[in-house]
Amino acid sequence: MDITGVIDVVGVRRDYKGRPGFEAVRGVNFSVRRGELFALLGTNGAGKTSLLEVVEGLAPATSGTVRVLGHDPRRQRRVVRPRVGIVLQESGCPSDLSVTETVRMSAGTLTAPRPVGEALELVDLGRRARVGVRQLSGGERRRLDLALAILGRPEVLFLDEPTSGLDPESRQGVWRLLRNLLDAGSTVLLTTHHMDEAESLADRLAIMHRGLIVRTGTPAEVVGGQSARISFNWPPGAVPPLPVLPGGVAVERSRGGVVLRTGDLQLTVSALLVWANGHDLRLHNLNARSASLQEAFLAVAGSGGDQSDQEWVA
Amino acid sequence: MTTTTQAAPSTANRLRGSARRIGALSRAEALLLRRNPIALLNALGTPLVGVVLLNASAQNGSLPMPGASVVVALTAFALLFAVYYNLVTSLVARREELVLKRLRSGEAGDVEILIGAATPAMAIAWGQTIVGVGAAVVVFGMGTPANPILVVAAVLLGTAVFVLLAAASTAMTRSVEMAQLSTLPVVAVSMAFGGLFPADAQPGPLLWVAQALPLTRVVDLMWLGLTGTTRDGSSVGDGASVGGIAAALLVLAAWVVAGVLAWRRFMRWEPRR
Repeated sequence: MDITGVIDVVGVRRDYKGRPGFEAVRGVNFSVRRGELFALLGTNGAGKTSLLEVVEGLAPATSGTVRVLGHDPRRQRRVVRPRVGIVLQESGCPSDLSVTETVRMSAGTLTAPRPVGEALELVDLGRRARVGVRQLSGGERRRLDLALAILGRPEVLFLDEPTSGLDPESRQGVWRLLRNLLDAGSTVLLTTHHMDEAESLADRLAIMHRGLIVRTGTPAEVVGGQSARISFNWPPGAVPPLPVLPGGVAVERSRGGVVLRTGDLQLTVSALLVWANGHDLRLHNLNARSASLQEAFLAVAGSGGDQSDQEWVA
Repeated sequence: MTTTTQAAPSTANRLRGSARRIGALSRAEALLLRRNPIALLNALGTPLVGVVLLNASAQNGSLPMPGASVVVALTAFALLFAVYYNLVTSLVARREELVLKRLRSGEAGDVEILIGAATPAMAIAWGQTIVGVGAAVVVFGMGTPANPILVVAAVLLGTAVFVLLAAASTAMTRSVEMAQLSTLPVVAVSMAFGGLFPADAQPGPLLWVAQALPLTRVVDLMWLGLTGTTRDGSSVGDGASVGGIAAALLVLAAWVVAGVLAWRRFMRWEPRR
């Protein structure tokens, strides 16, 4: 991995015109290095797709600059497009064509396409080659989307929720494919709201909220500031009060449940169990979880935003 | 393998790439047309039916030069139904299936996508004109066209206008079914004023309207090219008809320009949410 920015995004804003207008992306900076997978996380409506469309060159930025492989993806579309592959959040194929015919049509529009059979094998659709697109399941269509995106052997892949609608096994398959492409030197920018996907694949990630990037870094860096979580049902009957537990614990109670947040999971869990065993208590639904991307994400999404509420502009 | 500076592709290479992309898209579009019997019947059948009806009146002796009439009528119907109507429905179908949206994320440019989608329709229309010429020569004993270049120019310009009008008309067409309604203004106005009926039947102001319409001008040019006379009978050598040719070409060129502007301005490439 070298440090050349394959994708550079500086100060990008994107407004939707209308009354009321909507500022979907409100000034975003990030860059993606050659050979890495960069994940954009965010709640629905956070602006991921709006941002991605600008980076892909499909939509104009209201302001700011984007460089993909050193070029403006919109003005120098002809130079950029042959070197990138795009999976849109939603797109379609003519339902009266077969899978092979669809891939062949796409291949005909590409500068240096893979053989049709190879592209289908890569997404595990080889068996479905002669089937009509109309007959494909949602997951198979998604894999066809992916086959078409990697058909041109792109240096850069843009994937907008590439595993949405896939069963767990197909998702694993797509992850394997992406890892292989990364090993072969491709650069990937993807959006997802599956935390495990980002945790498992991303070299670096950014969490978007209301049109802004609010956290960015490696998964470890982003998770780093978060606390681990212990939860259990408060035992019924007369129970002695919870002692002060070590590890810097914050306690939340709700309807018979208790949630502890701690900076030192092992220490806190040990003390909790010693206390419970000492009083002969059963802690039902006991659950202990290290800090995870999920926590970091929820911390951002649940915060209501440290940003002002001026997402609607006149 | 990466290069930091890439040589700009030469014009010849660029055109070759364009032709390859249009070829791939139009092959797929032709397959789709073949698998859609209703669209196929509409594109192939409607012009024929139109000509049979006109031919019936030609047999009654009400049309001068039946051979040329058949060619002109067949072309006019083909431009309206095989090209215009057919392309509105197929572009709307591709848009609603999110195919256009996908294509725009690839290497093909907008012009290539439009030409690729229109190629089967254009091929059918031109095929019908050629068949019409053959039929006119064999059945009606039509002589060699007086000016084939005029005929070709009329067909090409007419095709360009109706392809562009079709692309622009998709903006008013939310579904394939709605195409029957949304194409009505262009089809009806073109047929009413299209010059399929003698020009002197049109009173003054309506004649001006007719002369501003693209199909009328296509018909005028074809008639001149096929028969060497205008439809009121003066020959091409006349100064008046040379001026007439220039005016017709100018009107059609203006429609092409307007069509491009309307296409760029109005056509949407993905469904309205």
